[in-house]
Amino acid sequence: MNPQQTPPQRPELEVKLADTAVIGDVERPLTLYERVAGNDAVQRLTILVALIVVWEIYARWLNNSLLFPTFSETVRTFGKDIANGVLIDRTFTSLRTLAIGYAFGLAFAAVFTTMAVASGTGTRILSTLTAMFNPLPAIALLPLALIWFGLGTPSLVFVIIHSVLWAVALNTLSGFRSVPETLRMSGRNVGLTGARYVGLILIPAAFPSILAGLKIGWAFAWRTLVAAELVFGVSARSGGIGWYIFEARNDLDTATVFSGLLTVILIGLVVESVIFRAIETRTVNLWGMQR
Amino acid sequence: MTSALLDAKGVTLQYKTPRHLVTATYRVDFSVHQGDRYVILGPSGCGKSTLLKAVGGFMPPAEGSIRIREREITSPGPDRMMVFQEFEQLMPWKTAYQNVIFPMKVTRKFASNEAAERAEAAIAKVGLTEFRDIYPHMLSGGMKMRVAIARAMALEPDILLMDEPFAALDALTRRTMQQELLSLWDQLRFTVLFVTHSIEEAIIIGSRILLLSPHPGRVRAELDAGGLDHTSIGTPEFGTLSQRIHALLFDNGQGARA
Repeated sequence: MNPQQTPPQRPELEVKLADTAVIGDVERPLTLYERVAGNDAVQRLTILVALIVVWEIYARWLNNSLLFPTFSETVRTFGKDIANGVLIDRTFTSLRTLAIGYAFGLAFAAVFTTMAVASGTGTRILSTLTAMFNPLPAIALLPLALIWFGLGTPSLVFVIIHSVLWAVALNTLSGFRSVPETLRMSGRNVGLTGARYVGLILIPAAFPSILAGLKIGWAFAWRTLVAAELVFGVSARSGGIGWYIFEARNDLDTATVFSGLLTVILIGLVVESVIFRAIETRTVNLWGMQR
Repeated sequence: MTSALLDAKGVTLQYKTPRHLVTATYRVDFSVHQGDRYVILGPSGCGKSTLLKAVGGFMPPAEGSIRIREREITSPGPDRMMVFQEFEQLMPWKTAYQNVIFPMKVTRKFASNEAAERAEAAIAKVGLTEFRDIYPHMLSGGMKMRVAIARAMALEPDILLMDEPFAALDALTRRTMQQELLSLWDQLRFTVLFVTHSIEEAIIIGSRILLLSPHPGRVRAELDAGGLDHTSIGTPEFGTLSQRIHALLFDNGQGARA
């Protein structure tokens, strides 16, 4: 190419603005179809229905209700056990234990992270403890818990705390660490220190991470609980949902096992897509901190 | 002579990086009087932002002292409101209005109904009344900066500290913001300490300009620049001052006095 080459002379031009009348309003409301198709809930529901259809077709084709009962059979068992109160009773027992364990787990996590924010030593203590205990499966602690606390709720609460605490503390701490320096400075600029600084600046600024921690903690807790009930629910006086599944398996009543699993899934879905979703739309999504 | 509002004497600032101890400024003296538009101007790396942070109370001087109203500065405080260069100084979980009223609520400097009035007025003054209930992530860079300025001014600090507040804005918005700042100053006559690396901005904004030499920052000159604003760009006075500053900043301190 010739480096001496100059671009050609071109005439200047001024243009009258093109008429936009042809596209109608520059801003128009979406049609009903566009809104429904773009709706998150509708899309999730569609996925759910598709999964159910696949399940039903496969189970009918297999035609073996001992191995894989159909969706309709599962729903029938589910409805029956809801109606006679067994399932509601079991679920309630589980949820109560879960709530106690989750609440204690969060409280401990709050204590640990406050300690970690306050001092470098606190940070080191928390990161060491988290590195040690986070990979330890809660179920592996169950035998120990049984020796310490005996059969019953305290043991369950102990393993749930273990599964919630480290996940939540880790996420909260990393959230606190990633708060932008400018935001910290503008908080301190108006004279905020100590607990007010943490409460008014750090916690809301780290809220996306904290929320993620809460979600992970919730999932861990729920999993741990059901698993723990499966292990020693046999001897508990009033069993939870894990015990319900265990009993049904002993009776080779697969449809009931499925209805127990369905309950676990449903509760998970409700908590995730109703409770946590509602918190998200009112906080991090509204604030533009998360898309 | 009246005593200065802000008095810095022999300020040496040092900070540690993982491998070095960096001296940002070395024995800097300056004083800011009530109603000054005091600009600290210098090339990057002259420690001007560090100096402003020290005035803000975020970093203690290694040597010397900074006093405001004859009181030693030891910690950050709402008497010295800072406006930062970055847009993330606004709290994303609060609307524009809530951001502006937040410092007034926290410091309890004003009764709550007075705080509300002041917040409304400050937002109106920077022309954002329509956007008062919008969250920061929906605002443009210039709007966020205006909210930050409104927030700082509504509190009526003794001095407003601005750390290159317009540096991240596009040229058109920057010019508008400079004009707005000047017209606000005309109405309210607040005291502002303004850090910039742009000679043009320094002349437009400043009534007094402190020139810092690079690495470490030392005082090179202190000049008067009152009476020059956007309308003076292109006038001989503007050009002369600009060239003089240029010469002072880039002759490494050897001769060439204007």
